[in-house]
Order: sequence, then structure tokens, then C-alpha cells
Amino acid sequence: MTDTQTPRIQAVRPRAATPAAPPPKASARDRGTRLLAALFLAPTVVGIVVFTVVPIAGSIVLSLFHWNVIDDPEFAGAANYREVFTDSTVLVSFRNTLVFMVLAVALQLLIALVLALAVNGRMPMWLRSVFRSAFFFPLVLSAASISVVMKYLFNQDFGVVNWLLGLVGIAPVPWLTSENAAMTAVVLVYVWQQFGFSFLLFVGGLNNIPKEIHEAASLDGATGLRKHLSVTLPLLSPTLLVASVVGIINALQVFEQPYVLTNGGPGDATRTVVMVIYESAFEQLRFGEASAVGVLLFVLIMAVTALQFRLSRRFVHYQ
Amino acid sequence: MNLSRARHGLAPWARIAGLTVCALLTLGPVVWTVSTSLRTPAESFDLPPKIIPTDPTVDSYRGVFEQIDVWLLALNSTLVTALIAVGQMITAGLAGYAFARLEFRFKKPLFALVLATMMVPLQVTIVPVFLVLKSMGLTDTLLGLIIPAFPTAFGTFLMRQYFLGMPKDLGEAAMLDGCGPWRTFRSVYAPLATPGLAIVGVLAFNYHWNEFFRPLILETSGQNYTLPLGLVSLQGNLGTGSISVVLAGVVLSMIPAVAVFVVGQRPLREGITSAGVNR
Repeated sequence: MTDTQTPRIQAVRPRAATPAAPPPKASARDRGTRLLAALFLAPTVVGIVVFTVVPIAGSIVLSLFHWNVIDDPEFAGAANYREVFTDSTVLVSFRNTLVFMVLAVALQLLIALVLALAVNGRMPMWLRSVFRSAFFFPLVLSAASISVVMKYLFNQDFGVVNWLLGLVGIAPVPWLTSENAAMTAVVLVYVWQQFGFSFLLFVGGLNNIPKEIHEAASLDGATGLRKHLSVTLPLLSPTLLVASVVGIINALQVFEQPYVLTNGGPGDATRTVVMVIYESAFEQLRFGEASAVGVLLFVLIMAVTALQFRLSRRFVHYQ
Repeated sequence: MNLSRARHGLAPWARIAGLTVCALLTLGPVVWTVSTSLRTPAESFDLPPKIIPTDPTVDSYRGVFEQIDVWLLALNSTLVTALIAVGQMITAGLAGYAFARLEFRFKKPLFALVLATMMVPLQVTIVPVFLVLKSMGLTDTLLGLIIPAFPTAFGTFLMRQYFLGMPKDLGEAAMLDGCGPWRTFRSVYAPLATPGLAIVGVLAFNYHWNEFFRPLILETSGQNYTLPLGLVSLQGNLGTGSISVVLAGVVLSMIPAVAVFVVGQRPLREGITSAGVNR
């Protein structure tokens, strides 16, 4: 599918490049190569067109229609978008998602950075690999199943979290039933599972910093926190950029944790954008509005990513 | 002691103690899950939690097999995950090789197209994807989960890098020996690609074994549920007090993921970090 009409080039090239080689054989080989390329690419390219490219266009088209799948679609122009901007649930979901993103990404990066610096310090090899495996372990678990577990742990009356807090004299927190606490619980559960990802990136980034730079900094009298702030962080900034871009893109798509832990509640306090897409399409059969929300989420993700790369030109230092 | 204190700002023992606390907090929920699944339901909510059950029992495991069809869920999950993993290794291996080592027209724009789709979150396109699958009659089937997951932009990118990293002379030598493009791929490059394919396979396994969003939308009848879906629907049992049964189900569903974590930690780590770097 990639290449069917290049006989002209074929006929010329072999003779020009290697006059000794008999043209028919070389051109047969070229044709073979192109055929092979077409066969090799077909599954991926066809699949990506059918299941990603067409759906993107489909989302945009659908967002301009009212459609419940059963009746004929009805052209709606910008009505779905107007609705989105006036529907309080949708607006709240965008607000929640942004709040969630800021809290989750900040916490995730902070924890990961501190732990990566700590693991990078002097210690026996085996201990380092134990810590590394432990911090990375939650990543291999299912977000949905682990949220089921966390729902028990965050139970107000008999959950282990409140028991632990009780040991240091903190009164039981209504984790899943009060608005602010519910968002905090969703953030904590998400960060618990995700920080290992940023952690692995930071460990990799720290390993790429040449030892001599640290030694030079120490000789110049930079120590501890000061050294990390003025030497390590700037050198780690490309990794920080990657970790925050990926962290933000992932956080904007959060679904499993709020779906299982709180089902968006109490009220709409933890309802996220992807939950709204799911609910309006597959529970309320409002496919047009769900598509409009999807398109807006996509635009948001693109905008945040672009902004981040723009900002990074000022703050990221490449060696 | 003093010297290292000056260097790191924190005594090594304090740093290691801090890390140990963090590691315990990280693994705590998993340890609690396993130990609670082995306690009697009456002891499920004992505080402080008994990490070593006084009276270990596998009743909850028996219970989970009675309350949900674990075998069916596990079979569905295994089928979906294994076919996707194998499918992705094939599609990514072939396409990655084509982009790395074959010459054809529109190579650059096609590769750019593949890269661009890495940026598109599944959640954004799920409504039209659902409609495409519906028109194919694939909603509420396992194939509806499997087929759309075959193409992998990231896997293709990874395999392209992998093939680009192999010496070009190998292929040229094979060509001189009279190998056609297929033979060159089949007997020279493909055998060298195993570690790269392992990364693609392990990542696919990890992602799709745990996947929840697409099964939730596509699979409406219980017979097509995968493990995470079955477990979340089992969770309604909190009211009946048998949380140890739910946790037993969670533990069972974790086993393959943990096995891959133990056996394939290296490819998994490489895959996850490069997924981040290149996404």
C-alpha cells in the first residue's frame, strides 16, 4: 500500500549506481523490498488508521451532533460545546481534574526525586536494588484492583490509614465521604501507584550525571541540599521535564481510582473528565456531548504539553 | 562518618532508615492484602492489623471461587493479554524493521503518523472506537479488546530503534550472499531482535493484564469479563463482610503480574523508562 508506482526510478537507479549489475535483478530486489515493506507495515498502519486516526476525526464530527445511537444523529453545530461550558458537572470535572493533576504530579515528582536522591547515595548494592524494586512494584499492579484494596484501607472507621494516623494522635478522617478528604484520598492512592515511574526516570537521570561534577562541586564547598539545588537539579532538568510531561498527560486521564474509590463523589467532588466521558457516552447515551468533552480534553492535553516545552526552553539545561 | 555526612547532608543510617520506612509504606497495602486474605472474615478489620494471621485459612480463596467464576475470568484475561502481547510483538517487530531497514516511499510521513498517534490518549477516542467495533459486531467480545490493541505506536518506535542499533553490514553481507529482503530479515535480523521484542511483550502484558477502562466499556456480559472487571464487581460484597474474599481475588489476579515483575523486571524497567522518555 505504500508504494506501487516507482518504475521510473527503478529503471534508472541501478544502471546509474552500479553499471555492472544487471538491471532486472536489482529492480526485482527493489520491488521485493517494497512489497515486503508494505506487508510489514500493513498491520500497524491499517490498525492505527482504523483505531486512532479515523476515531480522532470521528470524535470531532460526532461532537457536532446529538446522538443516542438508537435514533438518527441530529446536527447540533456547537450546541454540545455550549452545553459543556454550561453543564455544571462537566465544568466541575475539568476543575477537579486540574486540581488533581497539580496535586498528584507535584507530590509524585517530589517523592520520586527525594527517594531517587536517597537511593543514589552510598549503600550496599543489594540494598539499593531492594529499594528500587520496592518503589517500582506498585506500577505492575492493576489500578482498579488496588483501588478496591485502598477502599478498605481508607475506610473511616476500620481502615488501617486512620488507625496509623490515630497512633500519632490525628482524629479519624472521613476519607471517602467528605469532599476535600476524598480528593486527597484519590491523589494519595494514585501517587502511591505512580511515583515509581518518575522514580525510575530520576534514577536513570542521576546515573547519567558524571561523577566528576559532583566531586568538583564538593571540592568547591557545596554540600547537602545546597549541592542538590544548585548542581544536581539543573543537570537533572531534562529528566524533570520528561517526568512532568508524562506525569501530567497521565494525570489528566485519571479514571480507575476515582471510579472505584468514590465513584466521583461525594457529590461531584472527585468526578474527573474521563469519568464524565464514560458516563455521558455509556450510561446516558449522549455520544455527541461525550465526544465534545473528549475533544476538549485532547486540546487541553496538547496545550499543557506545548506550554511545558515552551517553558522548558528557559529552565532546562542540557549539558 | 563526618566526611560522608558533609557530602550527603544526612547520615547514611538516617537515609537508609528513611528509605526503609518509605519502602514499607509502599509495600504495606500489598502485604496487608495478602495477610488479610489469609485471615478469617471476622479478623479482617482487626487493628492493629495482624500481619501474620494467628489462624491462617484459605477459606476466602475457596469463597472467591464460589462467588465468581475465577477460572473464566482468568481464562479471559489470559487469552486477551497473551494474544495482545504476541500480536504487538509481531506488528511492532515487522513495522519497526520496515522503518529501520527497508527503503520505500512515504517512509518519513508514515513514521511521523505513527509517532503522532503516541500522543493521543485512548480515553479521547473511545467513543468512536466503540462505534467502529460496534459496526464490526465486536462489542461484548474478547476480540473487540484484542484487535484494536494490535498496532502499537510505541512498540513500533522501540523496535525501530532496536533494529537501527544493529550493524548494517550484517544485512549487506547477507544481500551479497544472495539473500532476498525476506531472508535477510528472517535469518539475520529477526533472531537478534529477541531482547527488544521481550520489552514490547512484557510491557503489553503488564498493561493489558491490568487494563480496566476498555473492558469496562466493551464487555457487558459477565462471561466476557476480565479479572479486574470481575473483581471490581465482586467488591459489592463489602456490605456482607467478606472482604477477605475480595482480597483473595485480588491476590490471585496479582500472581501473574508479580511473576512477570520477578522474571522480567529488567525489560519491564527498560520499557517503562523508555516509554517515558519517548512518549
